[in-house]
Amino acid sequence: MSKIHVTTTVNGEPAEFLCEPQESMLDVLRDTLKLTGSKEGCGSGDCGACSITLDGRLVCSCLMLGVEAEGHSIGTIEGVARGDELHPIQRKFLEHAALQCGFCTPGLIVAVKALLEKNPNPTETEARFWIAGNLCRCTGYDKILRAIMDAAAELRGEVAA
Amino acid sequence: MNFVANKSDLKVVGTRPVRPDGMDKVTGKAQFGADLTLAGTLVGKIKRSPHAHARIVAIDTSKALAIPGVKSVITAADIPDIPSEEAFVGEGPTNFRDQSLNCIARDKVLYEGHAVAAVAATSSAIADAALAAIEVTYEVLPHVIDVEAAMAEDAPILFEGMITQGVDPKPTKASNIVKKVAFGHGDWQAGMAEADVVVEGKYDTAAVHQAYIEPHACIASVNPDGQTTIFASSQGQFMIRQYTAKILGMDIADIRVTPAEIGGGFGGKTIVYIEPLAVAMSRQAGRPVKIVMTRDEVFRASGPTSGGTIEVKIGAKKDGTITGAYAMVKLQAGAFPGSPVAPACMCAFAMYDLKNVMAEGYDVVSNRAKVAAYRAPGAPISTFAVESVMDELAIKLGMDPIDLRMKNAAKQGTKASYGPVFPVIGFEEVLEAAKAHPHWTAPLGPNQGRGVATGFWFNIGGESSASVFVNEDGSVSVVSGSPDIGGSRASMAMMAAEVLGIPYEKVRPIIGDTAQIGITGVTGGSRVTFATGMATTQAAERAVDELKKRAAMIWDISPDAVDWKDGEAVPAGANAGGFDPLPLAAIALKAAKTGGPINAEVSINAQGAGAAFGAHIADVEVDPETGFVKILRYTAVQDVGRAIHPSYVEGQIQGGATQGIGWALNEEYIYDKNGRMDNAGFLDYRVPVASDLPMIEAVLVEVPNPRHPFGVRGVGEVPIIPPMAAIGNAIKAATGMRLVSLPMSPPKVRAAFDAAKG
Amino acid sequence: MPTISIPSSLRRQFTGGMTQLEVEATTFRRLILELERRFPGLGNQVEESMAIAVDGEIFQDAYSLQLKAGSDIVLIPKIAGG
Repeated sequence: MSKIHVTTTVNGEPAEFLCEPQESMLDVLRDTLKLTGSKEGCGSGDCGACSITLDGRLVCSCLMLGVEAEGHSIGTIEGVARGDELHPIQRKFLEHAALQCGFCTPGLIVAVKALLEKNPNPTETEARFWIAGNLCRCTGYDKILRAIMDAAAELRGEVAA
Repeated sequence: MNFVANKSDLKVVGTRPVRPDGMDKVTGKAQFGADLTLAGTLVGKIKRSPHAHARIVAIDTSKALAIPGVKSVITAADIPDIPSEEAFVGEGPTNFRDQSLNCIARDKVLYEGHAVAAVAATSSAIADAALAAIEVTYEVLPHVIDVEAAMAEDAPILFEGMITQGVDPKPTKASNIVKKVAFGHGDWQAGMAEADVVVEGKYDTAAVHQAYIEPHACIASVNPDGQTTIFASSQGQFMIRQYTAKILGMDIADIRVTPAEIGGGFGGKTIVYIEPLAVAMSRQAGRPVKIVMTRDEVFRASGPTSGGTIEVKIGAKKDGTITGAYAMVKLQAGAFPGSPVAPACMCAFAMYDLKNVMAEGYDVVSNRAKVAAYRAPGAPISTFAVESVMDELAIKLGMDPIDLRMKNAAKQGTKASYGPVFPVIGFEEVLEAAKAHPHWTAPLGPNQGRGVATGFWFNIGGESSASVFVNEDGSVSVVSGSPDIGGSRASMAMMAAEVLGIPYEKVRPIIGDTAQIGITGVTGGSRVTFATGMATTQAAERAVDELKKRAAMIWDISPDAVDWKDGEAVPAGANAGGFDPLPLAAIALKAAKTGGPINAEVSINAQGAGAAFGAHIADVEVDPETGFVKILRYTAVQDVGRAIHPSYVEGQIQGGATQGIGWALNEEYIYDKNGRMDNAGFLDYRVPVASDLPMIEAVLVEVPNPRHPFGVRGVGEVPIIPPMAAIGNAIKAATGMRLVSLPMSPPKVRAAFDAAKG
Repeated sequence: MPTISIPSSLRRQFTGGMTQLEVEATTFRRLILELERRFPGLGNQVEESMAIAVDGEIFQDAYSLQLKAGSDIVLIPKIAGG
C-alpha cells in the first residue's frame, strides 16, 4: 500500500508528511511528526486525551484520518504556549493545581482554549458540559473548573494576571 | 529533626507553590510510557483468549513467523516455567508463578483477554497480521463469573488443586474458594443478644476498574550480553525490575528501569502485564520492543478490583451504643488468588469502638481478569454495606447519623476491630467538622436527600530512598525513588526546603531510575509523602549536619558550636565567636576545600504510618421518572495529619471521592453469557465526567501523626471509601428506598421505584 | 514478657487454638525465632506475610524493633494499598 503525501499547517507552521490512508491523525502527530503531547487514552473518541483543533474546531485526533489534514490547519498542545510564555490557561492550570498525573492535561488545555475562543464568558455549567468529553480520573474536575473560570476571567481582562 | 508541632514555625510546608513538573505537563513535553521511541523500535502486540475458560491444546506460530517484518513471536514456551513462590512485592502478597501465568497463559486460559502469545514486528499493521496468523486450538471449558456462583458445590473449578485455607476441618475437595479470613474480638452473637435493636442487610458491589486514562505502556531493549533497559509507566520502577527478573530468570542487576511519567495508576499499575513480554521479544529480535495496550485490553486484561457480596448485622442499645457487629464478605479475586478480602474485613468496622465484633471473608477465584489493587483495596466494598446498615440503624433509633457514629467512634486507646489499639487518631475531630459544616444543615428541595458515611484506611510506610545533593551554587537536587502520580515531587521539594531553610524554588526534585537511587516501594498505600517524605527529610537533615561541619571548618571552631537557621550557619552562642552567618550557597562554594561534595542519601523502611478517617456528606436529587441520581453537593472531610501541599491533598480527596461517586452510580463490569466483557470501553463503562459533578469540597482536618517529622498521614485512599454509602444513604433520604446493589444506576433506581409501588 | 495475640486464621493451623501467649523476646526478630521454635511454621508465616502492631503502632519488616516487657503485640496481615 503506498503512502499519501499530505500538505498542511501544524501550529501555524507549514508541514508535510506521508501517511497510510487508514492512519489516524493522532498516529501521524505522535509517530511521524513526533508531537507526542497529544495522548491516546482510548482510540475511540471517548476520553479526549488526543484533542486537537482542525481549523479552530475541537476534534479527537484519534477519530480523524491523517489525510484529512490536507489543506487545513491543525492546532496541538505544542502550539498553545508562545515561545517561553505560557498561555493563561496553562498558567491557571498550574496555579490551581488542576492536574495530578497530567496525562489528560494536554487534551483538556486544547479543549478549554477552543471553548474560550468560542465563548469567552462561559458559566460553570457550560464549561462542565464543554469538557465532558475530556476524562480526568485524578482530580474530580473541581480544580480544573476553577482554573477554567479564572483563566476566562483573566482573558476577559477582569482580574489582574 | 523533632516532630514539628507548631504549624506557625513552618515556612514552606503548608504553602501552595507550582509543582516542579507542571511546566512539562501543561505544554505536552512530559514523557509518558508510550512517548519514547528508540531507533529500530518494533511494535509489540498481544494475542488474547476469546474464551473465559479453556484448555490450550496447541499454538501454531509458524505462519506468523513467516510474515516479512515479524521479528519475534513468543508463547509461554519461551519463558521459564517458574515454581510457585509467595512474595510481598508492590502492593501486597503475590505469587510469582501466578504473575507469570497472568502475563502469558501456559496450559489454560482463565479469562477472556488472557494473553496466549505476543508478536513484535516492524509496523503495527504487520503485528496485527501476525496476531491473526497465530493459530490457537482451544478446548473450551465451562466458566463461572460471579462470586457466589463460583462458591457453589457444582461450579466449574479453575485450579484442580485448590483446597480452601483457613477452614476447619481442612476440605478434601478442590473448590474456587482460596481462603477464609476472620478478624474480630469479643462475642458478636452475645452482643446481638444484648441489643435493643438489630439491623441487617445483604449488599453487593460490582467489579470496577481503576480506569487510569493512560493505558499500560513500556519499551524494552535487551543487549546481546543480557543487559536490559526498560522505560515504563508504572507505580514502581523497582517493582517492574523485580517482577521482570523473576519471571524471566534474569539477574536484577542486568535490568535498569526508568520510570516514565505515569498517567494515573490508583493501584492498577503495581503489577506487571507487558514488561516481561517486551523484554523476552527484544531478546529474541535484538531490537527495542514497545508495547502499548489498547483501552479494550486495559479493561479486559488488567485491573480491576473485586466485586462481591457483603452481609452485615449490627445490634445496638436504644441510646445508640453498638453491642455487636458482624460482617461476611465474599470477594472475587479474578482468575488468580488475591482479592483484598483481608483489608475489606479489617476496615469494615474500624471506625467504631466495639466490644463484640467479627468480620469474616472469602477470597474466591472466577473467570475474570485477575484483580489488582485499587485505592484502599477492599475497604470501599465492605464499608458500603456497613455504613448503609449504620444509616438504617440511625433511622430505626431516630438518631442523627453523625451523632450515632460519634457515640461509637474509635479514638486513641480503642481496640480496633482488626486487633491493635489505636494511637493518636482524628476520627472524632472529623465527625465534629462534618457536623459543624454548613452543608450538614443546608435546606433541601423535593426529591432531594442527604447522606453521610465514613471510612477508615491504615496507610503504610515501607522502603523508601532519597538523596539530597547540595550543588556548587547553593541550589539543591533531590532524587527519590517514588514515581510521582499526584504531585509528590512538589511535597518532596517542600520538605527538603523546609529542613534546609531555603526557598522551594532552589530545590529541584527528580525521580531516579533503578540504578540512580536505592530501592523504593511502589507509589501506593498512601505512603509516598509519609515514607519517602521521611527519607527526604532525613537526607536533608544529614545535609544540614554536613553543612554545619563545613561551616565549622571555615570558621575553625567546633561543629557543636554551629547552629542552622533559615538556610544559614550561625554561631551557636556568644562563646562560639562573632562570625557573620554563612549562607548555604557560601558553604557550597567552598565544598571542595572543606572535604568534597555535600550529599546525603537515606534509605529506610519507614514505620509509624498514621491511620486516617474520613466522613463524606452527599446531597442527591433522584428523578422518579428516569431513576437518574444527580449529585447536588458533596463535602469530604478527612484527617490528613498535616498537609504538606494543601492543593494536592485536596486534589487527592476530590479525585478519590469522584472515583467513589462513579463506583456508586455508574461503573460496573458487565459480562455476556459466554463470560465475555460487554462494556470494555469508556462509552459503555461510564466514569464520571465533568458535567456529572458539582464542586467537591475537601475539608482538611489536621491531627498530626507524631511519628512523622511534619505530622503527615497518608491521604490518597480514604476518600474512595465513604462515597457509595453516603450516596446510598442520600437516596434513602430522598426516596425512602434502600438500594443494596452497586452501581445505583438509573435502571436499578427505576426498578426500585417500580418494586416500591408493588 | 510481651503478650502476643494470635489471629484466628493462625490459631487453627499453628497454636492449637491458643489465642494469646507470652513470648520471651526483646526484639521482633527474636519473637519470630521463638514463635518458630514453639510452633513450627508460625514464625515463618509471621515473617513472610504478617505485620505486627506493638501498643497500637503497626510495623512491617522490622527485625530490630525493640519489644518491652508488657508490650501488647497483635499479629495482622501485612497492609498494602492502591
